[in-house]
Amino acid sequence: MSDAEHLEGIRETYDDEYGFHDPDTYVFKARKGLDADIVGQISEMKNEPAWMRDYRLKALEIYRSKPVPTWGPDLSGLNEDDIYFFVKPADQESRSWDDVPDTIKQTFDRLGIPEAEQKFLAGAGAQYDSEMVYHQIKKELASQGVIFKSIEEGLREHEDLFKEYFGTVIPAHDNKYAALNSAVWSGGSFIYVPPGIQIEMPLQAYFRLNTASIGQFERTIIIVDEGAFLHYVEGCTAPTYTTDSLHSGVIEIVVKRGARSRYSTIQNWSDNVYNLVTQRAMVYGDATHEWVDANLGSKVTMKYPSLYLMEPGAHGEILSIAFAGRNQIQDAGGKAVHFAPNTTSQIISKSICKDGGRSSYRGLLKVYPDAANVKSTVVCDALLLDDISESDTYPYIEIENPSVTVGHEATVSKVGDDQLFYLMSRGLNEHEANAMVVNGFLEPLTKELPMEYSIEMNRLIQLQMEGSIG
Amino acid sequence: MGAALEIRNLHVSVENQPILKGVNLIVKQGEIHALMGPNGSGKSTLANTLMGHPAYEITAGQIIFDGVDLMDLETDERSRMGLFMAFQYPVVIPGVTVANFLRNAINARMKAENPDSKGIPIPAFRKLMIDKMNMLEMDTSFAGRYLNDGFSGGEKKRAEILQMAVLEPRIAIMDETDSGLDIDALRIVAEGAEKLTDSLDMGVLIITHYQRILNHIKPQFVHIMLDGQIVESGGPNLALHLEEHGYDWLREKQNGNGSVS
Ligand SMILES: Nc1ncnc2c1ncn2[C@@H]1O[C@H](COP(=O)(O)OP(=O)(O)OP(=O)(O)O)[C@@H](O)[C@H]1O
Ligand SMILES: [Mg+2]
Repeated sequence: MSDAEHLEGIRETYDDEYGFHDPDTYVFKARKGLDADIVGQISEMKNEPAWMRDYRLKALEIYRSKPVPTWGPDLSGLNEDDIYFFVKPADQESRSWDDVPDTIKQTFDRLGIPEAEQKFLAGAGAQYDSEMVYHQIKKELASQGVIFKSIEEGLREHEDLFKEYFGTVIPAHDNKYAALNSAVWSGGSFIYVPPGIQIEMPLQAYFRLNTASIGQFERTIIIVDEGAFLHYVEGCTAPTYTTDSLHSGVIEIVVKRGARSRYSTIQNWSDNVYNLVTQRAMVYGDATHEWVDANLGSKVTMKYPSLYLMEPGAHGEILSIAFAGRNQIQDAGGKAVHFAPNTTSQIISKSICKDGGRSSYRGLLKVYPDAANVKSTVVCDALLLDDISESDTYPYIEIENPSVTVGHEATVSKVGDDQLFYLMSRGLNEHEANAMVVNGFLEPLTKELPMEYSIEMNRLIQLQMEGSIG
Repeated sequence: MGAALEIRNLHVSVENQPILKGVNLIVKQGEIHALMGPNGSGKSTLANTLMGHPAYEITAGQIIFDGVDLMDLETDERSRMGLFMAFQYPVVIPGVTVANFLRNAINARMKAENPDSKGIPIPAFRKLMIDKMNMLEMDTSFAGRYLNDGFSGGEKKRAEILQMAVLEPRIAIMDETDSGLDIDALRIVAEGAEKLTDSLDMGVLIITHYQRILNHIKPQFVHIMLDGQIVESGGPNLALHLEEHGYDWLREKQNGNGSVS
C-alpha cells in the first residue's frame, strides 16, 4: 500500500497498531472520581512541597467554580466520577530503557519510541498513564546545561526555576480544564535550554494511556532562553475502550529574546478519549514560536494553541491539521494575541472530515491598543470527503489598534465527483484518487514540515521525499 | 490484431433526460475517426459515457472494448484496459504536481497488474516524462506545477496530451483538444498525437468543431452527430464540406427523412 493510501485510510488500522492494551501493572491506582482527598493523595505520593499542594487544592476550587463550557462541542458525556485521576505506572522513572518494567517497555518498543530516539532525537521521554517512566537526553546536551526531565523531577531538582515559571503562562483560572490540570497534574516534561544553545534534533515526549477510564494530566514547562533553539515533539496514542478516558494537558512555553522554538503535536488518541488541552507560548523580543498541531484522534478535541506576542519583533506561527472521522469532533484552531508593536503572526488550519466526522476551526486574533504595525494572516481550509461530514469556522477578531494588517481566508471544499472521475480516468482507483486529493489539499502545509522523526507524522503526511506517494 | 471499441445502439440519459439516442460506432486500433456536430448534440456525453462518468446513465445499448462489456467496469478499470479520454474541460487538482500525478497513474497500472510491483523507478519515470514533454515541446517546469491549477486553456490541453503520451492508451478520445490552442500549439499537439497513433498503433476518436486539427492528424472517417445520433459518416471530405456549409443541410435531410412536417 502506498503512503497516499495510508493517508486516506489513516485510522483504519488504528485498533491493530495502537488500540491494544497491556494487562494492568500499575503500582498504585487512586479510586475513581475527584475530590480534595484525591488531590492530596497525588501531592503526597509525589512528595511535594506544601506550596504545591496548596496550589493544587486552590485550583480544584477554581475548577469547581467554573461551568462546563457550552460554546463548543458537547462535553456532557464526560463524567468525572467515572474517571481514575491518578494511576502510577512504576516506582520510579528510568534513565535507561532496560530499567523500564518489561510490559511497559514492550509497548513503547511496539510504538517505535526507543528506535526513533536512537535515529532522530536529541532526547526522549515516555509517559504511561499518570507518570513518566523514562526520560533521557544526549550527554553532550546535558553537559551544556540543557535540562530535559519529568515535570516532577523538575520541581524536585530545580525548584526555583520551576517556581519562577509554573502557572505564569497559563494560570489555574485560565479555563476550567487548565484549573483541573493545575489540581491534578502528573507527568509531562520540564525543559530548559540555556542561552545560545541550539538543539538541532528534536526532543520528543510520547504519551500513552493504558488503563481504561483514566485521566491523564500532563504538565509541561519549556523555557527557551535567549538566542537558543528547541524543537519539541509530542505524540500520543491510547487503547480503544468502550468507556471514555480524559486527557487534559497544560503546556507552558516561554521563548526569550531572539530564541526560536517549535512544538509539534501528533495527537492520535483512540476514539474514546476526550482531549481538552491548553497550550500557550509567551514570545519575547525578536523571538519566534511555532505550533504544529496535528489532531487525528480522540472522540472530542478542544485545543487552540496560543501565542502571546509580548515584545516588538516577536513572531508566531500555528499550523493546525485536523482529521475528523466517524464519531469524532475536532474543535481546533489557534489564538494569536498581540501585546506589542511590530509583532507578526500566521495561522494556517487544514481540516479533513470523512464518515460523518466534524471539524471546527476556532481562532482568535487579538491586537491590544499599544500594538501598532501588527501583521497577521489566518487561512483555514476544510476538505470534506463525503456528504455526511461537516466543517465550521469561528474566527474571532478583536482589534484595538488601527495600524494592523490582517488577512483572513477560509474555504470549504468537497472532493468532487469530477475530480474523482478525472483521476480515475487515469487509472487510479477510487481510494487512490481520494488520497491524492487529500494529499494535494495538505501539500501547502506538508511542504513546511520536517517530519523524519515521527512515526505518526509519516502516516499523516506524505514525505516530501521522492517516491513517497508512489 | 488490435483491439476495437464498439458502440452499439447506445442510449444515455443525464438526470433522466435522454441525450444519446442510439449511437453506433466502431473505432479500431490504428484508425483515426473524427466526430463533429453542433453544440449540445451529445459528443462529450458520448465521451464521458465511454469513460464511465457516474452522471451518465446507459438506458439501452452496449459498449464493448477489446471484447469486454464496459458496463460492468469502473472508470479506472477502463483506463487500465487502455481507454483514454483527453477532457474538454480538464479538472484542477490543487496541490498535486503533474509529475507526482503521472507517476501515481503509472504505478496504479503496474500495481493493478501485479500487486507486488514497486512501481516505476524514479530515473526511468523522469526520462519518460522528459521525453514526452520534449515531444510536445513543453517546458519541463510543468512537471512541478499543480495539475491544471492556473494553467492557461492551451496549457491544459497540452497537459492532457502529455498524459495520453505517458499512459500510452490503445484507444484515445480527444474531446475538443484543439479548442484553446494557438496555431503553433495545435500543430505540435496534433503531430504529437499522430506520432503516438503510429508508434502505439493507437485508435483515436477526435471530437472537434473545426477542420484545422484534421489537417495535421488525418482521419480516415468523419462522423456527424445531431441530437444524440450519428446521422452521417464519410471520409475526410465530409469535414471539409461541413466547414463550408454548416449543419443546416443535415438538419433538413433529417427532417425530410422522418418527421411529419
Ligand atoms: N453532466 C450533465 N448534467 C446536465 N446536463 C448535461 C450533462 N452533460 C451533458 N448535459 C446536456 O446534454 C446535452 C449534450 O451535451 P454535450 O456536452 O454532450 O454536448 P457536446 O456535443 O459535447 O457540445 P459542445 O460541442 O458544446 O461541447 C446538453 O444539452 C447538455 O446540457
Ligand atoms: Mg463537448
